Order: sequence, then C-alpha cells, then structure tokens
Amino acid sequence: MKYLQGKYPVINKQALAHDVYSILILCPEVAKLAQAGQFVHILPTGFGLRRPISIAGIDKKNGVLRIVFVIKGNGTKAIADLKQGDFIDMIAPLGHGFTLMPEAEHVVLVGGGIGVPPMLPLAEYYGEKATAISGFRSFQQVILQEDLENYGAKTICCTEDGSAGAVKGFVTTPLEQLLTESVDAVFACGALPMLKAVAELCKRNKIYCEVSMEERMACGVGACLGCACEIKNADGEINFLHVCKNGPVFNAEEVCW
Amino acid sequence: MADLSVNICGIDFKNPIIPASGVFGYGREYEEFYSLSELGGIATKGTTAKKRTGNLAPRIAETPAGMLNSVGLQNGGIDNFIAQELPNLLQKNTVILANIAGSTPEECAEVASKLDNTDVHMIELNISCPNVKQGGAAFGTSCAMAEQVTSVVRKATSKPLVVKLSPNVTSITEIAKAVESAGADAVSLINTLLGMRIDVNTRRPVLRNNVGGLSGSAIFPIAVRMVWQVANAVQIPIIGMGGVTSGENAIELMMAGASAVQVGMAVFTDPYAPIKIINQMQEFLDNKNISSVREIIGTVQPW
Ligand SMILES: Cc1cc2nc3c(=O)[nH]c(=O)nc-3n(C[C@H](O)[C@H](O)[C@H](O)COP(=O)(O)OP(=O)(O)OC[C@H]3O[C@@H](n4cnc5c(N)ncnc54)[C@H](O)[C@@H]3O)c2cc1C
Ligand SMILES: Cc1cc2nc3c(=O)[nH]c(=O)nc-3n(C[C@H](O)[C@H](O)[C@H](O)COP(=O)(O)O)c2cc1C
Ligand code: FES
Repeated sequence: MKYLQGKYPVINKQALAHDVYSILILCPEVAKLAQAGQFVHILPTGFGLRRPISIAGIDKKNGVLRIVFVIKGNGTKAIADLKQGDFIDMIAPLGHGFTLMPEAEHVVLVGGGIGVPPMLPLAEYYGEKATAISGFRSFQQVILQEDLENYGAKTICCTEDGSAGAVKGFVTTPLEQLLTESVDAVFACGALPMLKAVAELCKRNKIYCEVSMEERMACGVGACLGCACEIKNADGEINFLHVCKNGPVFNAEEVCW
Repeated sequence: MADLSVNICGIDFKNPIIPASGVFGYGREYEEFYSLSELGGIATKGTTAKKRTGNLAPRIAETPAGMLNSVGLQNGGIDNFIAQELPNLLQKNTVILANIAGSTPEECAEVASKLDNTDVHMIELNISCPNVKQGGAAFGTSCAMAEQVTSVVRKATSKPLVVKLSPNVTSITEIAKAVESAGADAVSLINTLLGMRIDVNTRRPVLRNNVGGLSGSAIFPIAVRMVWQVANAVQIPIIGMGGVTSGENAIELMMAGASAVQVGMAVFTDPYAPIKIINQMQEFLDNKNISSVREIIGTVQPW
C-alpha cells in the first residue's frame, strides 16, 4: 500500500494567523506511510476536485498528521470551516517527498510564506543540524517559528517590510551568506520566483537543492497527466513529469525554470 | 441479484462500467484502491503513433459542477503502449479499450494496425483531435472527415472499432451516421465540450492552452440528449459517457440508449466512483426486480 482514500476525524483546529489554519487529523494508516514532503489530497464537501495540501507534521506514534494552509478560495475556505470531530475526506499520503540524508551535518530549510509548513517534518528529522530560513511579507503572516525551534532548528525569520524577524528583505540574503559555510543540502518550498532564486544560488555555490513545486491537479495520483512540470533528465532531455507522482519535490537542477 | 453483464460487438463485459480514457491512465494508480477485475472495462489514455509531450501547464481548471482540461495527448506512443502497458493490462481480467488518436487519418491507421496484432479487446478511435491535413479542424466536426478517418482505420484493423464522437458539432446524429456507414462497430459519446475560464485579476485564461475540454456533472444532460438522439439514428451499439457520477446516472444513460457507460471526472472526486456506481446499479435493478441490466437499454418512453 502506498496511499489510501478515507474520511478521517479532525482532532484539533487552530488559527495561526489571519486566514491561516493548522489542523490535526487522526489517520493512523496514513501517518504510518507518510514522509516529509508528501501531500494529502483533500475533498472539500460539495466540490468536484480535491485540494493538494502539504503534510506539515507526522506523528506516527499517535497516528496524527498535521496540515497548515491559508484560505485562498472557496475550497480552502470549506476546509477551514471544518470543526473538531468533523471528518475530512482525503487521498494520502501522495507524491515523492524530500530526501532524508542521515550523514548530513548541516542542511538549510527555506520556506516562503505558506511554503514554511512542509519544512516542519524536515526540521523534526534534522533537528539541530537544520537552519530554517522563513520569509513573509509582514509580521501578520509570520507562522511556525517556535515549532521549528522546538525541533532544534536554528531559525532566521525575514519579512519584506522588516516588521518582524532579524532580516528585512528576502530569504535569499541570509541564504547567500549561509552557503559560504559548509552546507550539505538546501530544501525549499514557496512561490516560484523564490524557488528559482534559491535554485540559482545553490547552483552557483554547487550545493544540492530540492524544491517542492506546485501545479493544478485533478487525480493527484499520476493518472490524468494534469499537473505537468517540465523536467530535464541526466541526458538533458526535457519531459513533462507530474508534480503529484514524480514530485512535488524535485532536484532543483532538473527543473526547467 | 440482477445480471449486470452486457455484450458489445461480441465482447463480454461483466458489468457496463468503464473508466473513461484519460482519467485512469493505464490503471496502475487505481490498483492501489481496488482490483481492476471489478470493472467492466478500462479505456486507456489516448495513444498516438509517436510519443507526445502534451500542452503546457496549467492544464486543469475547476468549473461549476465540472472541470476543464487541456492535457493534450501526452502519451509515450503506440510502441511503448504495446510493450510497457498492454501486457500488464491484459492480465487484469477486464475488457481493454485502447483509445487512439492522430493528426492524420494515416497516423490513426498506423496505430490501429499495430494494435491489430495484439490481444487488445477493442479500439476506441478519438476523432476530437485536430486534423492537420484539414487546417486543424477536429476530424469529428465534419461528416466527410469523420467518415474518411473511420474508413481508413477500419481497413487497418479487424478489432471491434468504437468511434468516439465529439459533442462540439451542430448535428451529432449526422456524424454518427457517417461513421456507422464507414464501418464503425460502435460509437462512444460524449467527449468533452470546448470551454474557457479567465482569471479576472490577471486577465489571463486559467489554462495555459487558453481553452480546454469541459467534463463532469455539468455536461450530463447534454450526454443524455446526445446518446438518445444517436440511439434513434444508428443501429450500432452506443457507449455513453459525460458527467456520470452515480448508478442512477448510468441507468439514465442506458435508458437513453447506451449499452455501457464510461466514467470520467467522477474518478477524481472519488477514486472508488466506478465501483460505487456498479453497486448502485445493482441495487437499483434489484429494488425494481429487473433481472438484467440489458433489459433497460434504450427503454426511455419519450413523450
Ligand atoms: C503539492 C502541493 C502542496 C500544497 N501545499 C499547500 C499547503 O501546505 N498549504 C497551503 O495553504 N496551500 C498549499 N497548496 C496550494 C493549495 O493547493 C491551493 O491553495 C488550493 O488548492 C486552493 O484551493 P481553493 O479552492 O481555496 O482556491 P481556488 O483558487 O478557488 O481553487 C480553484 C482551483 O484551482 C486549484 N488551485 C488554486 N491554487 C492552486 C495552487 N497554488 N496549487 C495547486 N492548485 C491550485 C484548486 O485546487 C482548485 O482546483 C499546495 C499545492 C500543491 C500543488
Ligand atoms: C484529464 C482528462 C483527459 C482526457 N483524455 C482523453 C483522451 O486522451 N482521449 C479521449 O478520447 N478522451 C479523453 N478525455 C475525455 C473523457 O474520456 C470523457 O469523454 C469526458 O471527460 C466526459 O466524461 P466525464 O464527464 O465523465 O469526465 C479526457 C478527459 C479528462 C478529464
Ligand atoms: S493530478 Fe493527475 S497526474 Fe497529477
């Protein structure tokens, strides 16, 4: 079994910031299979297409998954309206996640906005070996810094307007500095321009980088070919691979930016 | 227990439910959920002569009670299909309909003739693709082109040939009659309806291809109407589809004249949709003491 579909109870819901929610879902069979970087494909009640949301926490012992999401349209609004005890219909866990490197001594996690949540399972795995750079527009959007620290990660918080965190500006400023030190790998999730900038910096500094990509999805399992992403293989040949099955996490060097 | 089996062009289906081409890949992803042998059949992703990359993303847009897609015919080509996918599919104890397409009648015929040497059960010819020899208008939009591509493919294969009709036409009955006269053994309908959505904030179409095919519940009444009209116009069997999400929907299409039913977008909402639809049909027939699903085909009593 790689993934399954079911209806699972919401055991906790919390607002983290304006329109940003954290939900805990009791789903032991899914939690057992889940890996960092994978996602769940949620069917909001009354909709025809599911919504992909990254896994932001994996508690295998208690059989609980965590998701953190922002209300973007009607689908995420319907998910945010769920209450404790309500059931959430999902296909999970899906996709190909981040590489866990037991020998790594220092990794950098780069999250932009709602791209920060999928960094949590990596922070849990790498603990003190991780530096987590998070970028937000302003102080109102800042989320999950304590959670990252609780796992042992060193945090660097950036806001574009300087209203919170140590850095005023983009995540690339502290990342550029860090990359001059010894870094084994960079893992990133966020908006496309950010991912692209992170990938370029890593390439220039010859540091391995993985990015989590987004695309509009239908099936979520690799059957409909809806979520195409241009990827080049080792021979330089370009193919449309699929974010839901081959990704969402890709080697940044292979993405056609 | 009512008998759900149907026979189309001499091929036995254990039940009338078939996941539609393009939504089910080659079945591999859905085997995680249930055994493919529970299905009446599987229509595979459209296959062309050579590998095709498909359109740029975004390829998917949600719409009220439906969706648009502009996947294009992304596929690995017929040789890859025959070598990598078909042998596996043929072990699944279900009917395999190989959906094929091409940019010229000759390309469609080449694909069909390669399948002719395999054990595939049926060929479903998608005529909704652009014909590059005729300025890019879809084969399925004119009787002459539909007839020509059907007769060329007919000569290339002795497999049961199902021609899949486009609904983007003024008179689907004329097209159905044209492909029947050109040698089609059955018709399947409907393919997607051409649609478009625009993001009003960016003024950009949601799909990178600007336009795409509409499917899902939104098109169900159109499918019922077209199946009914075609059933009244041709003698060959009909495989109906378009927006089916329940056993009752499937029964409705069969009453309109379909001998089997394909399920498309509903698989995205619920991967178990085909299985649930089979069970709901069973329940419907049992509740009404109808002994075989074949008894309901074409039994609508129009006013
Ligand atoms: C692999 C993956 C992981 C994701 N993880 C998270 C996460 O952890 N937290 C979070 O807040 N968001 C995440 N997203 C984005 C999230 O899926 C969209 O915000 C959500 O689908 C929007 O749905 P809606 O109905 O609220 O918005 P609408 O704009 O009304 O949605 C309309 C349609 O477009 C699709 N869509 C819109 N935006 C996106 C998008 N950015 N990516 C994919 N499909 C989209 C919807 O699924 C729906 O089909 C992720 C996306 C992907 C692909
Ligand atoms: C993502 C997607 C891909 C499709 N690809 C094909 C295809 O390759 N060949 C084809 O004949 N029809 C294709 N179709 C059309 C379906 O087989 C079906 O005719 C249509 O979706 C209507 O059924 P539905 O409303 O149940 O989805 C595709 C549909 C979707 C949604
Ligand atoms: S969403 Fe269907 S292939 Fe990715």
